[in-house]
Amino acid sequence: MSNQNGNTKPKLALYWASSCGGCEISVLAIHEKILDVAAAFDIVFWPCVMDFKVKDVEALADGEIDVCLFNGAIRNDENAEMAHLLRRKSKIMVAYGSCSMEGCIPGLANFTSRDAMMQFIYHNSPSTDNPDGVEPDPDWAFPEGPAPLPKFWNTVKTLDQVVPVEYYLPGCPPEAEWTETLVMAAAAALAGEGELPPPGSVIGNKDTVCDECPRTKNEKKIKRFYRPYEIVPDPDTCLLEQGIFCAGYATRSGCGALCPQVNMGCRGCYGPNEGVDDHGARLITGLASVLDAKTDEEVDAILDTLPDPAGYFYRFGLAHSMLHRTDVAHAPKRDGN
Amino acid sequence: MAEERVGVYICHCGHNIAGTVDVEAVAEWAADLPNVEVSRHYEFMCSSLGQELVEEDIKTLGLTRVVVAACSPHMHERTFRGACERAGLNPYLFEMANIREHASWVHAVDKEGATEKAKALVSAAVHRVVHHTPLETMKVPVEPTTMVVGGGIAGIQAALELADAGYKVIMVEREPSIGGHMAQLDKTFPTLDCSACILTPKMFDVGAHPNITMLTYSEVEAVEGYVGNFVVTVRQKARKVITDKCTGCGTCWEKCPIRVVDDVYEAGLGYRKAIYRPFPQAVPKYPVIDVESCTYYKTGKCRACQMFCPTEAIDFDQQDEVVDYKVGNVILATGYEQFDARRIPEYGYGRLANVFTSLEFERMVNATGPTGGKIMLRDGVTEPESVAIIHCVGSRDRRYNQYCSAVCCMYSLKFAHLVKERTGAEVYNFYMDIRTPAKGYEEFYHRLLEEGVRFVRGRVAKVTDAARGPGEEGKLIIQCEDTLIGKQRRIPVDMVVLSAGMEPRHDAEEIGHLFGISCSVDGFFIERHPKLDPMATMTDGIYVAGVCQGPKDIPATVAQGAGAAARVLGVISQGEVALEPIRAEIDEEHCSGCRICNTMCPYSAIDYIEELQVSRVNPALCKGCGTCVAACPSQVITGAHYSYDQVMAQIDGILIDVNRPVTAEAEVAAD
Ligand SMILES: Cc1cc2nc3c(=O)[nH]c(=O)nc-3n(C[C@H](O)[C@H](O)[C@H](O)COP(=O)(O)OP(=O)(O)OC[C@H]3O[C@@H](n4cnc5c(N)ncnc54)[C@H](O)[C@@H]3O)c2cc1C
Repeated sequence: MSNQNGNTKPKLALYWASSCGGCEISVLAIHEKILDVAAAFDIVFWPCVMDFKVKDVEALADGEIDVCLFNGAIRNDENAEMAHLLRRKSKIMVAYGSCSMEGCIPGLANFTSRDAMMQFIYHNSPSTDNPDGVEPDPDWAFPEGPAPLPKFWNTVKTLDQVVPVEYYLPGCPPEAEWTETLVMAAAAALAGEGELPPPGSVIGNKDTVCDECPRTKNEKKIKRFYRPYEIVPDPDTCLLEQGIFCAGYATRSGCGALCPQVNMGCRGCYGPNEGVDDHGARLITGLASVLDAKTDEEVDAILDTLPDPAGYFYRFGLAHSMLHRTDVAHAPKRDGN
Repeated sequence: MAEERVGVYICHCGHNIAGTVDVEAVAEWAADLPNVEVSRHYEFMCSSLGQELVEEDIKTLGLTRVVVAACSPHMHERTFRGACERAGLNPYLFEMANIREHASWVHAVDKEGATEKAKALVSAAVHRVVHHTPLETMKVPVEPTTMVVGGGIAGIQAALELADAGYKVIMVEREPSIGGHMAQLDKTFPTLDCSACILTPKMFDVGAHPNITMLTYSEVEAVEGYVGNFVVTVRQKARKVITDKCTGCGTCWEKCPIRVVDDVYEAGLGYRKAIYRPFPQAVPKYPVIDVESCTYYKTGKCRACQMFCPTEAIDFDQQDEVVDYKVGNVILATGYEQFDARRIPEYGYGRLANVFTSLEFERMVNATGPTGGKIMLRDGVTEPESVAIIHCVGSRDRRYNQYCSAVCCMYSLKFAHLVKERTGAEVYNFYMDIRTPAKGYEEFYHRLLEEGVRFVRGRVAKVTDAARGPGEEGKLIIQCEDTLIGKQRRIPVDMVVLSAGMEPRHDAEEIGHLFGISCSVDGFFIERHPKLDPMATMTDGIYVAGVCQGPKDIPATVAQGAGAAARVLGVISQGEVALEPIRAEIDEEHCSGCRICNTMCPYSAIDYIEELQVSRVNPALCKGCGTCVAACPSQVITGAHYSYDQVMAQIDGILIDVNRPVTAEAEVAAD
């Protein structure tokens, strides 16, 4: 295919692995700019929107795809296989959105194990009706032949834990302006009209949401936390100071502080700011610093007003955090298991 | 970073390390760690030969980083930093691994484990040191004025040494007069010279010295700053007496109608008035009004002192004064409190009238004391015919204090002598061991043996007035196992003296906190090194002297007071001090101004700059504690020498044999 000048257009691929689909929609949130994208690129793979098959990708030469926007975490063999395939075929691999960058909601599964989840979902959940105790069998075969299912992993991985990645686009989902910035910058660079940021870069701001948040910040001393329905927050003062958990203090800016501006605490979907490895650790250390407590009992009392701390602190970053699982295969055997 | 050349040196520390850790194996193993250029082991790295080894390697092998695995950095970090500096390497490019306190000493029974741990610690240091950056110390001038807190003999000695050397001293004493416990004593062992005779000239010198500002009836409220530049806030409590007018004539306390038991100076044995001077030789000579007891403050009436004062020196409305003093160094000489003998109910103090504490007894035998120096029972007239002195009360006793109070044996012998000298009474000493390890002390003990004093070896079980036979009626009976003859004994006496030990001041912990130093398990201030640096503390510029550091007698107290002064003089004469460059810095470009760090700093070193909406660290106030570094949610505060990279590399290095995170390959392989 060629454009009006007769040159070959750069090739774009989009793929979703373990994700909710929101990232796909966010690509369309660039609205009419999608036409510019379509004009600038040849879209060679986008299963959510157009009818391509894996064999179409396999048919491409290695490195033939210029940019691949890969969203979703790596949770099973199929996700990994596609990540490897697209990596091989692409010049620029982009971890698009929180799932592929940090693990996001699917990554929360790393708090438990595959077996425990299977047990719950196929047997114990109150809404499960499975009298024969059927479980997905990866090696399933019909009489006509094998019909294997992708193997479910014990540990959810981020894209860059599986294949090398050039750029990261944070957000759950990413804000349209950054998608546009990245795609158009790539187009320009491929046309020799600009430079891409150094590989490994996160496309977004470097500082935290506090930087973009218009609320007034004072010295903080938190006596208790409130859930959103328990309090009518003052519209001009820092939400955290008012006892509403807001992850903005440790979260990368770039969203324009959307949530705090509508009285909702930041959830932290943009991940940590530049230079920080472990989002949850920073959220914890920052919050611990401003609790207005002297004794252990007072600390406990304040934390009792914050339900599900693991969910608050690691909602987006667990799979990418320093709380790795140890290598189960090589872990020393302990007595009894 | 990749091209750093690291030298690793494993110290044997004689048998201290090499007896447990296989130092050769560690050195050989470390040679293969990344960036290691040379790895050696040596008998004593701190010796001049050991240090020269490092210096030589830096010069000939071009080392850019040095790791010494030896003892605690408290001990020898300075030594090896010095060696690096002499060889032209920035001293902060050095890292110490503690394989003595952290490996050989604590795992003496597990040689293999200790060796593995030593490897991990060395690996941590090697991984860390490549991330070090050269740092420069900041030099600041030293304020030559010194503050001495506590005006006992320790503080007096220290203050006079400094003042005589020509430097200003500010002495802060909590009580209305300086002098401390020594002012309460009658005679001092072993020479039996009169305590007041040797103390009062020194007290007078302190009061009159042009270089000493004496703040009595005063307490420290706050301390800010750092070595060379402290600002100490002192509250001088209102005496209600205008010292410029007062002549110390004594009319006021003669006329004062209120008598109060004197728990401090007279140890509860005598009385004072509501307006009082603690003792005749008090320095300064001015009295104070005890507002708790004074009638005027209760009813608005009386004013006897004011009416009779010939110089109109009484001022009922006088207020406390709070003043800031700038000082370069501080000597803490806050002394001790006596163990409260009531805590041992079986000895009967407070219940049995004729049981006395040793301080009460000191006051009793003192010519200026409540009995005019006469030894008599609580009734104030009867001379005892027999006296029991019980040693180790509250000391060497797991229920109270495990330590030995160091002076009780000697003062008990002194008491025995005084009883013999002044009465015809029989004296029994109940002791566990007689401890007389100083010049002339053992001789004093022998003198007492010849004076016919009786010694019974054993811990007294109880003192009781419940007589079992005619010989015991109206007496106090000492029940005790005499361990030398292996028999239970009951010895009836008229008077019992409890040689109660010394304890830390009840507020030692708070005072320590104020000055940034800590107390040991038994509650006395911790010195920098128990043998080699007993007057310095872990906080630069804060020194300790006298019993506040641990039980000791007057000669040792005086020596430590003078020693602390010498240490301070050393700092003053250098004119400036080098501050550790380890402090926090905020990357203002990336600070989002969330203000989470603002309330965290214990030294109030963080300011919020409103116009820029960023926080900023004041480097002169920052002590590098790292609290804000940990608190900063966006990780834009860095602690020099404790950067994120350095600490993470150290952790990475120490986890040599720990499971790595699951890789995607392992995840597939595990299926
Ligand atoms: C019964 C008895 C008999 C003794 N007999 C002898 C003897 O014969 N010979 C001998 O060598 N030793 C003797 N000692 C030991 C002797 O008392 C001590 O060695 C000596 O007094 C210690 O002096 P110091 O200055 O360290 O402490 P202290 O005498 O306790 O002086 C400390 C001073 O600091 C002041 N102070 C405390 N806290 C503060 C504060 N926060 N702010 C301001 N000021 C404060 C106190 O008011 C006090 O004036 C005896 C001890 C006892 C208990």
